[in-house]
Amino acid sequence: MKILVCVTSVPDTTTKIAFTDNNTKLNKAGVTFITGPYDDYALARAVELKEKTGATITVLNVGEADAEPVIRKCLAIGADDAIRVNAEPTDAYFVSEQIAAIAKEANYDLILMGRESIDFNGGQVHGIVGEMLGIPSISPVMLLDIDGDTAKITREIEGGKESLEAKLPLVLGCQEPIAEWKIPNMRGIMTARTKPLKVVEPAGTDKLTTVASYELPAPRGAVKMIPADEAEKLIQLLHTEAKVI
Amino acid sequence: MSVLIFAELDEGKIKKSAQEAIFYGAKVAQMLGTSATAIVIGQASDDELASAGRFGATNVLHASDAKLTEPNGMAYATVVAQAAQQEGSKVIVLAKSSLGDAMTARLAGKLKAGLAANVVELPELSNGFRVKSSIYTGKAFAYNDLKADVKILAIKKNTITPEETEASAAVKAFSPTLNDADFSISVKSTDKSSGDILLPEADLVVSAGRGLKGPENWGIVEDLAKALHAATACSKPVSDLDWRPHSEHVGQTGLKISPNLYIACGISGAIQHLAGVNSSKVIVVINKDPDAPFFKSADYGIVGDVFDILPRLTKAVQAL
Repeated sequence: MKILVCVTSVPDTTTKIAFTDNNTKLNKAGVTFITGPYDDYALARAVELKEKTGATITVLNVGEADAEPVIRKCLAIGADDAIRVNAEPTDAYFVSEQIAAIAKEANYDLILMGRESIDFNGGQVHGIVGEMLGIPSISPVMLLDIDGDTAKITREIEGGKESLEAKLPLVLGCQEPIAEWKIPNMRGIMTARTKPLKVVEPAGTDKLTTVASYELPAPRGAVKMIPADEAEKLIQLLHTEAKVI
Repeated sequence: MSVLIFAELDEGKIKKSAQEAIFYGAKVAQMLGTSATAIVIGQASDDELASAGRFGATNVLHASDAKLTEPNGMAYATVVAQAAQQEGSKVIVLAKSSLGDAMTARLAGKLKAGLAANVVELPELSNGFRVKSSIYTGKAFAYNDLKADVKILAIKKNTITPEETEASAAVKAFSPTLNDADFSISVKSTDKSSGDILLPEADLVVSAGRGLKGPENWGIVEDLAKALHAATACSKPVSDLDWRPHSEHVGQTGLKISPNLYIACGISGAIQHLAGVNSSKVIVVINKDPDAPFFKSADYGIVGDVFDILPRLTKAVQAL
């Protein structure tokens, strides 16, 4: 089985977001970039499937050279090789085009990625890739088992979950608890240095959506503290002042 | 060239988030000088379908094929794409949801559309087509220029407040052409809580964290939620410990919600939790630790023991 795991390089979840260049660019100063947390789950499940079935794992990132530490970490965790499409990951359609172009060449059985990136939160790439390749896409996937050429999947739905089956090949957007996150060990870090990382140029140039500028939310006003022995006052304030109940 | 809005059903009723999408789509149609058509898929009464008019839809296309009774992102995307082609729609609007995500993406692929997800305001049309969306899990906004011929807007829930009228929409049957590939994913079972208020749709949310000390203590959270007609939610550690299901986890890697009222009980307020709830209109924090960081992001706060405070709040709500 051949698995393609698509990963994003995103600001650490504790990052305080700020913009620069007249609010047209993320201020990267002091920001640590990490593998998208949902992508980490996708990679972790791929590694488990590799251990169980002898699958091969290729990691794919659409990004510029500064994403390579994130790619190397994925190799250290257990991916066999990596591809970086040398382009700024702008809109979901463009990123999907790159993934679909790579996937068409190599006939992967499974294309795994996070349910969404934690920067743009679109949650769209897996579905667009599925449509471009003419194969099913499912998200957000919480459990995944492979039995021959059939995938058994549990996905989250609003207020519950759904059990599904589909034939490979598939594109899946993953989330917890599909697998335990993997932390690279020293041996993995050492071997990752010698694993192949191929850099290719982008396949298409469709940028159907561009970002003109960014903005931070307006700060909230000061908190109104209510003494614990007068807690019931809160309900009156929510009713008469905030008018939300 | 009407604006097409996908109106999602839940047990035969147009969901609240779909009402918001219809209202939003109708406003966009007004701005573009055209009409708004809703597409509804699945079983619903004629009265329910016509009620889309209350939120601004002029027409409703109803696809009621028996094969479409269960939500199916791939098949539903095919239906909406065909409806868009029939109507000549260049703008498609839907609510961001689990089903909406699956459909938006397949639709964008089919129609080579520009799309914006988590849209929070009406578009600016003076210089192209620009929409504001929530990004970085609510920590920022982006102004997106949609350049493709077809534009898809997935509206963030609870950010648009619909105004209702007495109008009624004209309902027409819609018969899409479906093929086997649209049904290549088979649903084996569905496990969905019934009768509860769906968390992503809820106006009011009562949420709790490790301060509740164990799942056996959730009764006081549920009592307050029941009194308020609110949904319940939880922090990540609580769902990781299996005290509550993952579908209740709100935060960076869980659900992102934007209710009118979010009451956080025994949650310290890590930045990852805040990211999932910071677009709530009013935030209340109850925590016995006066230094809990969540107080800095709250509108109202009580320093106190949740086991003492919550039952008293429930009684106060019941007395309203």
